[in-house]
This record gives sequence, structure tokens and C-alpha cells, in this order.
Amino acid sequence: MRYIDEQAIERITLGATLLGTGGGGDPYIGKMMALQAVRRYGPVALVAADELSRDELVVPISMIGAPTVLWEKIPSGREMVKILELMEAHLGKRAAAVMPIEIGGVNSLIPIAVAAEKSLPVVDADAMGRAFPEAQMVSFYLDGLVPNPVTMADEKGNTVLFHPVDAVWSERLARSLTVQMGASAAMSDYALTAGQVLTSGILGTLSLAEEVGRLILEARRENRSPVQDLLDTLHGFRLFTGKISDVTRRLEGGFTKGEAILEALTGKTGESLSLYFQNEYLLAASGDRILASTPDLIVALDADVGTPITSDRLKYGMRVDILAFPAPPKWRTPKGIEVAGPRYFGYDVDYVPVEHRVAAAAQ
Amino acid sequence: MVGYRIGIDVGGTNTDAVILDEQDRVIAQVKTATTEDVATGIETALSRVLASARIDRRQIRHAMLGTTQCTNAIVERQRLSRIAVLRIGAPATLAVEPLAGIPEDLKQAMIHYVEIVRGGHEFDGREIAPLDTEAIRAFAQSVKNRVDAAAVTSVFAPVSPDHEERAAAIFRDVLGADFPVSLSYRIGSIGLIERENATILNAALTGVARRTVQGFEAALAGQGVNALAFFGQNDGTLMSAEYAMQYPIRMIACGPTNSLRGASYLTGLENAVVVDVGGTTTDIGVIANGFPRESAVAVEIGGVRTNFRMPDLVSVGIGGGTVIHLKPGGGFSVGPESVGYRLTEKALVFGGDTLTFTDVAVGLGKVAIGDSTRTASLDKELLMAIYRDIIARIEEAVDRVKVSGDAVPVVLTGGGSALFPDVLAGASQIIRPAHFNVANAIGAAIAQVSGEIERVYSLEKTARTAAVEDAKRRAVAVAVEAGASPETCHVVDIEDVPLAYLPGNATRIKVKAAGDLVG
Repeated sequence: MRYIDEQAIERITLGATLLGTGGGGDPYIGKMMALQAVRRYGPVALVAADELSRDELVVPISMIGAPTVLWEKIPSGREMVKILELMEAHLGKRAAAVMPIEIGGVNSLIPIAVAAEKSLPVVDADAMGRAFPEAQMVSFYLDGLVPNPVTMADEKGNTVLFHPVDAVWSERLARSLTVQMGASAAMSDYALTAGQVLTSGILGTLSLAEEVGRLILEARRENRSPVQDLLDTLHGFRLFTGKISDVTRRLEGGFTKGEAILEALTGKTGESLSLYFQNEYLLAASGDRILASTPDLIVALDADVGTPITSDRLKYGMRVDILAFPAPPKWRTPKGIEVAGPRYFGYDVDYVPVEHRVAAAAQ
Repeated sequence: MVGYRIGIDVGGTNTDAVILDEQDRVIAQVKTATTEDVATGIETALSRVLASARIDRRQIRHAMLGTTQCTNAIVERQRLSRIAVLRIGAPATLAVEPLAGIPEDLKQAMIHYVEIVRGGHEFDGREIAPLDTEAIRAFAQSVKNRVDAAAVTSVFAPVSPDHEERAAAIFRDVLGADFPVSLSYRIGSIGLIERENATILNAALTGVARRTVQGFEAALAGQGVNALAFFGQNDGTLMSAEYAMQYPIRMIACGPTNSLRGASYLTGLENAVVVDVGGTTTDIGVIANGFPRESAVAVEIGGVRTNFRMPDLVSVGIGGGTVIHLKPGGGFSVGPESVGYRLTEKALVFGGDTLTFTDVAVGLGKVAIGDSTRTASLDKELLMAIYRDIIARIEEAVDRVKVSGDAVPVVLTGGGSALFPDVLAGASQIIRPAHFNVANAIGAAIAQVSGEIERVYSLEKTARTAAVEDAKRRAVAVAVEAGASPETCHVVDIEDVPLAYLPGNATRIKVKAAGDLVG
């Protein structure tokens, strides 16, 4: 066990932006909430899932809704406490820890704020190992766990507990409630035992986010690129370094979908890369050749300063490094590929692990 | 439009002034040194440009000032007003308190009192809670005689400004009808923290703005000029004195935009890349439809995160005074340090001992400045390699600011632009306009007055065309309020962005209107 302090929050924020793979929402508000809570209540203990007893209760804490609303109607902080307390009251059991449901973007930091206020530890795990746009895209769902019960609350004091029959209904009901609650609400689902987190969670991801942030900050201090350190730590590959020559975007079903074209910098003419995104980066291809696809992590870094770039910030002329990292093994199972593979997002390609694609390309 | 106009632009190094006649022809121009107290430099530039113009001063109808005084106050953490900070939104927003992201030294420099009260709106216009008017009244009473201005920010004020307006009325009721209240919905867009920060900075600049405006008006009167004063905003348009005192934050970073606007005017180009070469840096920006293109991401002002729009500039650490280091084994490195305003004593061609970019250009015969014989001993091949390296960096930066791969016209302005070649990669043509070295002051002088609004509309309640019309009407009203003549006021930009994940078909519509100065 160790503690998350203000510096660690800064590192986690940067790491969460990278692991957000272009989406996940700007973690700034989450960072500010975590910082305020830690300043007020003190550092938060970070525990590994196996440091808890197997039958202890772990409650995931997240915000659901429109990022635009979250930036404007900042949470009260009470709604996150309420969903936890409602869950505890219903289950008749005190939570031993909270955890993030996703490690990419704003939701990676919100549990830290609750943990500080409730003097609870945060489990070093999440259920995505990255960011995904839909609620069923969690490792708990892959393992057949049902999100039941679900608790929700808004800043006005409204609380709701419901029992969805499956993850799809959970998502459907939660979205409706979120609209009435003002398009941004706190939500907790998949209340679990520590044993379930151990088998069905993606472990060590808060530490990983912090390590990623540390590498980027260290490289920045030394005025060098963090790419090699990131590739070593995350066992990844550099797919391309180039300049964005075109970006197209369209709004489809509440998501921003689009494509960015990158061209190699002067000297390596003719080479190009297409980067496809739906909030998150989902597919990278060079001509007909696929270089990497979801659920593997595709990341864009500013080639000058090594800062991760979210898909909404892509624009012509940016110099970027495109990196890819293997997804956690749970996403590489048939079920994982069915839930979050390229075909689910409408790309007519098979999933092949990025290391195989890179090895094949090198042949 | 009759009569003359004066344009003054205060930069980091120089304060430039021009006088234009009714056909916008430059009839006088001066370059003077920027002084530490800024106001003295403005007075000097004003008196010198008037002396050189030899015109009937009573015929000067308008005087435009683009100044750094507000920027300096924030960056130096000096001269800031004492403020009351009111946020309306509880029970929402409590998880991040006001001023949380403002650097500690700025917070210390700004005497402030903070209160968060119940109220604010949802994205669709419903109230989060009824406005707690009693709490606001009590807060206003508690800060009486302790503050000079107030900053009021309400949740979703860009959708519904009602609670901010009501709070302002209470402040004025308690603290006097003239008490300055900055309302967030007039200053920023969606994004509470960033908009609140901008509103706080605006309120803190109240005193500086009043002294700047009154100082300029007094300087004009002192020179026997009875002109309407206007002030440059960061989007390249002007605002009236009264408006400038209400929205001083809009004066920040007006300098680069003035250069861009001036370049657009001098060349007659509505779309171009402008490369402004100074002594230390080269600023590269884009003119799109006659206006500077704005940056898409949050901009920090003095370390404060705001969502205030700034001209989208790429700044490269290369200017006429950039120092070139020669390495013992051959090879070289360029900058980033510069001899700056000491070019005329440090550079080789001026008898100094420092190899600068100016010396490289002179040595290659690109330009005739100073004593070229002092570069004769330098290896021409090496000089060419250095020159190519520098130009390649500028070309890369030009490429960065473009919106597509197509070649575009490139306008060179600023004193250092003479060092640049007549061909640049990615440029369809290179244009060096007359008066290129005072393009910024000309940009201030010829600017129009603008107004901008940004609102979120629910298209379930309002038809899209009706929403756009409403936004246009509001933008024109804001421009007229800022000093534009109603007859010439027209919409120059419409942006319509649907909000991701938001139900109710919500869309954010941003409209900018601009018109000529009231005559």
C-alpha cells in the first residue's frame, strides 16, 4: 500500500490522458476534484486488489453524461458519496475500498476524491485498462457479471437505486435518468467483492497511469521525447511519426467519428497513415495495411513535447507520434473482441494483435 | 467616414503610431521605444506622429490604441483591483472551488472574497436551484468598502444569464449603481472554471482599464485632439472606451492580431499567412476571411487557464537578432537567445562581436545592412547552411499554421522580414507590403468594431433557423453596443457545433458581427 498525494494526482492525470487513447474526456475537472479533496482530507491509500480480504466490498465510482456538461456543471462531490452510501445501505455492508471503472480520462480521478472524503483506499485496478465509450465495454461484463444493483445520484440530492436485468438495460435506464438529472450524474454499478475485482478487473492500472505520467514528465524535464520509455514500459510500438495533413469529423449517434491522415515528414515522401476515431482512436492503417486496431491501445503524442493528444484536438499541421500498445489480455479473448473489436465499431477488419501486425509488416 | 484617424500599437519593444487619412492612406508613421510605464511611451508616440503629420488636429475623429497594460498587470501581478468572487451554482460545483487553478502568487496579489450561493441552470435552461438572493445581498454587504469590483459566474449562464443579471442588480443595489460587476456570460463560453477565471481576471483589471482609458483620453486632449477613443481587442476588432472599461480582458494579446489585420489591409488579402519578424521571435498567424484565426484550445493568461479565444499563433525563436553559435569542429546552432534591441551594437555588421541572423543574411548578400565587409571572412558555405536551416524552420512553422496542404500567399511584416527570401516552401507568393514595419499600428487604426455571442440552443424547443437568427440578432446588438454603426454592422462568422452526448439536440451557436465605427 502507498499513498496518492497531489504530485501523484498530476502524474495520474497525464497518464490517464494517454490511456484514454484520444477519448475519455479531458481529465482536468477530475484532477481538480481529486486535488481539492486530497488537500482537504489528506492523501489517499492505494491498495492492490489482493491486499483486501476476498469477500470485502469494493464499489466503482464514476460520472456518466456529457463531458460538456461536466465541464460546466461541476459536481457537488456529495453525489459521489451518496451513490457509495446508498450501495452500502442496500447491501448492508461497508465498502472496504472504491475503484475507477475506467482508467482513461476523467473517470480515473473521480474515485480519488470520494476516497479522500470517506477515508477509504482506492483499488489499483479498473475495468477497461483504457477508455471506451459504452458502459458494457468493461471487463466485468466480459466475465458475465451483472451490474445489479446500480445507484445513481445528482448534485441536487436525488438518488436512485435500480436493478437492471443486464448491462444493456443498465446503460439504457442510466442514460434516461442522467438526462433528467441534468445530463451529468454520479453512477455506481458492479458492486463487487475484492475477490471478483482480482479475477475480473484489469489490475495495476492506476499505478500504470502514474508511471506513464512520470515518464512523460521526466522526459519533459530533460527536454527529450518520452516515446522510447513509453514503448519499453507498455511493451508498445511506434507506428508512425508524421504530420497531420487532413482531419474530417462527423457527429453520429452522439459520438464524434472521424479520420485523420498523417504524412511522413520531409525525406520520407509517399508514406502515409490513416487514423480512425470515434472519440477514442480505434484503427490505424497505411493504405490497405492495418497497423493496429481496437481493443489494442492507439495513442497520439505531440512529437515536440510528448503530450498525449485527444482526438478533438487533432488538426492540420500537428507533428505527432502514433504509438500502439497491446490491450490487456481480457480484451483479446473472443468475447472481448466481440464487445470492443473493430467490427463492433463498424470497421470491416479482423482483430489481429498489434505485435503480430508489426511482426508481419517487418517480414 | 470623414476625418483622420490615429492608430497606436504598444509592443514589447516598440510603440508604433500612424495617422491615416479618410482614404485610409498612411500620412505619418513613427516608431518609438516602449517605456516601462507604457503610458509615457504612448504619449511620446502620439506627440511625435502628430508633429510629423502637420494636419489640423481637429480633423482627427478617431484614435485607436492597442496596448499591453492589461496583459502586463496580470503577468506582473501588479495594480490588480480588489474583488468579490461570486459563484452561483450550489449545490453543484462545490467539488472544485473558485480560484482553485489560479497560481498562488496571482491569488496573493489579488485581494479577493469568495462566496458560492445556490442557483444556476441546467443545460436545458431548468434551474438547478432557485437563486439565493438573500445570500448574495449578505455577501455584497460584507464586502462593502473592501472591494473595487465583482466577478459573477453562474452555471450555464451562456444558456440562461438570468441569475447573473439578478446578482448584478443586487450588487449595484447594495454597492452603488456604478459598482463594476463582471458577468461571465458576457466574457466566456461553456466550461465553468475557465469562464470563471476569465471573469475574475476581468474584474481584477477594472482599475488598470479605467486608468488606461482615461490616460489615453487625457493624452489625446493634451495634444488638442478631440477624437473618440477606441481600444484593440484580441480578435482584431475595436471596442469603445466605455466597453473597454467593462471588458478589459478583451484587450489582452491585441498586438499580434493588429499586425495580422494590418497585413490584411495593406495587401488587400482576406486569406493569407502572415509572418511577422521581430528582433527575437517570428510570430506566424493566419488571416481567414479578413480576421485572425482563433486558437481552438484553452489558452493560459499569466498561468491562468481560461477558455478565452486568442489568435492562433505559432511563435518561433528566430529574429534579426538571433545569435548563431559556431561549433569548434564545424557545425553550428541557432539561438534561441537574441541580442534583441541591442542588435545595432552587438551584431558584426554594426561593429559588434556577436554573429547574428542579420550578419548571416548580410554575408550572403541577401540584404544590405551595416558594414558588410565585417562578414567577408566568414565561410559562405557555412553561412548558406545556417540560412537554409533558419528558413526551413520558418517554412515548417508556416506549414503548421495552415489549414490544408494548399499553397497560400505569405505576407512578410516586421523589421526583420527584409532578411527573408522571396520564395518560401508552401507559399504561393511572398508579399512585402509598403509600411510593413508599422503594420500593427495600421491594423489598430483600420479595425472594425465587433460583437460576439455564444449560446447553447435546444433545437427541440427552437427551430434551427430561428436559433441562428436569434444568435445573429444578439451578436449585432453586442457590436452596436460596443460602438459599431448599426447600418454597417453585419455577421462575419457563424459557428454551429452540436454538443456530443447531450440529449435534446443541443447545439452551440457562435456568431460574430462587425461594423464600421460610429462616425
